[in-house]
Amino acid sequence: MSNDLINVSIWRGGEDGEYQTYQVPRLESQTVLDVVTYIQRELDPSLSYRFACRVGVCGSCAMTVNGKARWTCRTHVSKVAEGGQLTLDPLNSMPRVKDLVVDMETFFNKWADAKGSFKGDKTRDDALAYISPDDPKRKISSAGIECIGCGACYATCDVIKWNPDYLGPAALNRAWTLVNDERDVTGLERLAAVAGDNGCLGCHSQQGCVERCPKSLNPTGAIAGLKRETIKAVLKGELS
Amino acid sequence: MSASALRIETYLWLAQRVSALILVICITVHIATMIIAVQGGLSSEEIIARIGGSKIWLSFYLVFVSSVAVHAPIGLKSIMREMSQIPTNRIDLLSILFSLIIGVLGIRAAFGLYGLGGA
Repeated sequence: MSNDLINVSIWRGGEDGEYQTYQVPRLESQTVLDVVTYIQRELDPSLSYRFACRVGVCGSCAMTVNGKARWTCRTHVSKVAEGGQLTLDPLNSMPRVKDLVVDMETFFNKWADAKGSFKGDKTRDDALAYISPDDPKRKISSAGIECIGCGACYATCDVIKWNPDYLGPAALNRAWTLVNDERDVTGLERLAAVAGDNGCLGCHSQQGCVERCPKSLNPTGAIAGLKRETIKAVLKGELS
Repeated sequence: MSASALRIETYLWLAQRVSALILVICITVHIATMIIAVQGGLSSEEIIARIGGSKIWLSFYLVFVSSVAVHAPIGLKSIMREMSQIPTNRIDLLSILFSLIIGVLGIRAAFGLYGLGGA
């Protein structure tokens, strides 16, 4: 094969399907998303995939690239296409809709199950809460809030493959940022939601999520924090 | 999930970690003793002479086997939950059974050795 071409195998279909192969011209600074876009615009308009911002902000373009979950808009072909070969699959652990598109409903529902939304008790008439950027809890919270919801951690997590009810690293990381947000009032209700074997105690600390997070977050660390807090709450008899 | 089920899961998780801590100490002592004691080959007379009739060794091995009886079945429960299609209530039952077997056999062995030695 010429060095000027990339050989791209893409999963076509839903749960049942097969790989289809395309030849794409190699360009400088080309991303995997550029490759997929080229195929859809120039070779096969029936190819389905998701993207929006193209600059690593929205988290919608994650796919399995040569076996690993990655954000494709910020993944350079030169770093991943060993021997000029790219194999693209939809994300693991989510139902396949068509081609590279997965159904992320369960993934996002688990954020809601983990009480992943902020709930305050102030009104617009109250003064703003003063929280120093140096506050230890604020620092913990800030370390996890840059999640873009791409699902790469979820697709990599082995525990979800074994136990589909497990909340997963993204939802638990989100919960941990809110546990440490002093303005939030959900408190023990959230700890109860993330406790147990389907919650933080299900994590085996394999750190696949940490390895694959494109934002270099540490969901395993967040889950370890939730383990500490839920266990403390159980020992104090607060989760009843 | 009910609060009581959450509590049970949490206590089991904690019990497995605490028993692991105890096992680290017990296994270190057990293996270190083997390495130090077994210089000229392993013989049952030697083991009985050292451990038999000793209340300290009896206490040590009772703690050891009790920790194993707590630690291993909880791990086995997680493995069965994640790797098999066995229903949850049956997994719980199998784990309790496994714990009882390890516990009874281990305690029996510890007392057996204790009874073989001493004056």
